[in-house]
Amino acid sequence: MSEAPCIAIKQLSKRFSPLGPLVLDSVDLDVAPGEFVTLLGASGCGKSTMLNLIAGLERPTSGSISAPKVAFMFQDASLFPWLSAQRNVELALELRGVPRLRRSIEAARLLDVVHLTDAAHKKPHELSGGMRQRVALARSLAQDREALLMDEPFAALDAITRDLLHEELLRVWRETGRTIIFITHNVREAVLLGQRVLLMSSRPGRVVGEWSTTGQDAAALTTHITAELRKEIRRHAS
Amino acid sequence: MQAETRTTVPSTSGAPVTDLRAQPPTPIPDPDPGAHTGRELDAGLDALQQQAVPPIGWSSRVAKALLPLAAVGAVIYVWQMYVWLVRPRPDVLPGPAEVLGTLRDLLADGQAQAVILTSLERGFAGFAIAVLIATPIGLLLVQSRFLRGAFGPIISGLQVLPSVAWVPAAIIWFGLSDATVYFVVLMGAVPSIVNGLISGVDQVPDQYRRVGHVLGAGRWVLVLKIVLPAALPGYVAGLKQGWAFSWRSLMAAEIIATGGALGFGLGGLLEQGRVLSDMAVVMAAVLIILSIGVVVELLLFGPLERRLLRRRGLLVAGTS
Repeated sequence: MSEAPCIAIKQLSKRFSPLGPLVLDSVDLDVAPGEFVTLLGASGCGKSTMLNLIAGLERPTSGSISAPKVAFMFQDASLFPWLSAQRNVELALELRGVPRLRRSIEAARLLDVVHLTDAAHKKPHELSGGMRQRVALARSLAQDREALLMDEPFAALDAITRDLLHEELLRVWRETGRTIIFITHNVREAVLLGQRVLLMSSRPGRVVGEWSTTGQDAAALTTHITAELRKEIRRHAS
Repeated sequence: MQAETRTTVPSTSGAPVTDLRAQPPTPIPDPDPGAHTGRELDAGLDALQQQAVPPIGWSSRVAKALLPLAAVGAVIYVWQMYVWLVRPRPDVLPGPAEVLGTLRDLLADGQAQAVILTSLERGFAGFAIAVLIATPIGLLLVQSRFLRGAFGPIISGLQVLPSVAWVPAAIIWFGLSDATVYFVVLMGAVPSIVNGLISGVDQVPDQYRRVGHVLGAGRWVLVLKIVLPAALPGYVAGLKQGWAFSWRSLMAAEIIATGGALGFGLGGLLEQGRVLSDMAVVMAAVLIILSIGVVVELLLFGPLERRLLRRRGLLVAGTS
């Protein structure tokens, strides 16, 4: 990589207690600015732990992480139920230090980016799951951070909504040039979204495979990575 | 059938099903390619996926209001039948008509209004002081794990202790003054409100704190903007219980501590009825105390709590 990476992870290891099992084992990962990387792995491979470490929600046991402040999208939208969609976005702006007068204009603009202008004044419980995730996306864009970490954000949605959100996320990524690390256990999703797909092994979590999706036949790559993922899962059978 | 390229097979739902295998493959026609990734698709899906909440009809509202009234009517009916059939001594159990008459007399000469005013004033003042004392204590305990570990059990214990138990001590300390009454009220209400605030904060999902952290909130901003708003329903539940404890404690204090510099409240009226063996006054006073409790709940805490929960989608339409 020619330019300096946006996120650089070196020899990162994590245990939750000194005698506990190794959750992440010497992970190395460089993510270039503006790159879209998908992290793929079965349950228990430490994908979420890795994002939490990058976001500073947890501390590494050893190794180093160099990352800018990041925005984070969780599997559930995690909107605050007492605030409207608009206010949820405004809160992110407020915590970023945007002056009061600019907040509502900016929030309205961000909600328009995710096509939610009409739902701006609705409370989260009045929105569908897909709409809530779009509000969450608008909120993470409101943070205006270089990098966006996404922890299986579409896993709980139905297939139609998920397809739509994939297109929307790619559009937003192209428009904003954010660096994105996206976690999923869905191979199709990983290949569809990522420029680069990383496969992680489970217990301990290590990066065991890496594919570039540019210029590749998506279907063939999906089949190939699925086979690799299954091989990885089968290893735990014995 | 074989002569046709498109065959129709019966389906379980009764509607004809087109067998796609018999059709030549054609690309899915897109009526408007420009809107494919755009707003219309989103808007259509959004409209399909949001459930419209049906407004609560008037008939069900009326029914909901009438039901408790019918129950009150039934109780009065049983009471009246008992008085007619068993004919208890009127100084032991007067009938509904007699109690109502006494109530009317008490209202007519202004005595009822005076005692209600005295008690309500004390009740609300005591409750307000309790809120002012309990809220900072609760906030402090919520913030410091150390303080909470130390004082949490004491406060839970105080909540179980009937506040009437403080009356003798209060009389020794403060004599027969309003301070005695307020002390007992505070000992009843403060632990409830503190506990309500603590349990409200305990029930805040950890995820909210993580989101706050990711959004860049510092410790105090996190508390003010996220934890406390999230804990509001628990706090209001604590306030509601705190009011109930204030009111109960007040009545207990007023019954036991009468005379001296003390104003004459509902508890005093009750005690006076007992001393004069005037059962109708006793029952009228009980009815007043009961209805004030119900009215405050119906007019103040009920709507407040419902509004709070409904705005957060925690109350399913039609359940209350």
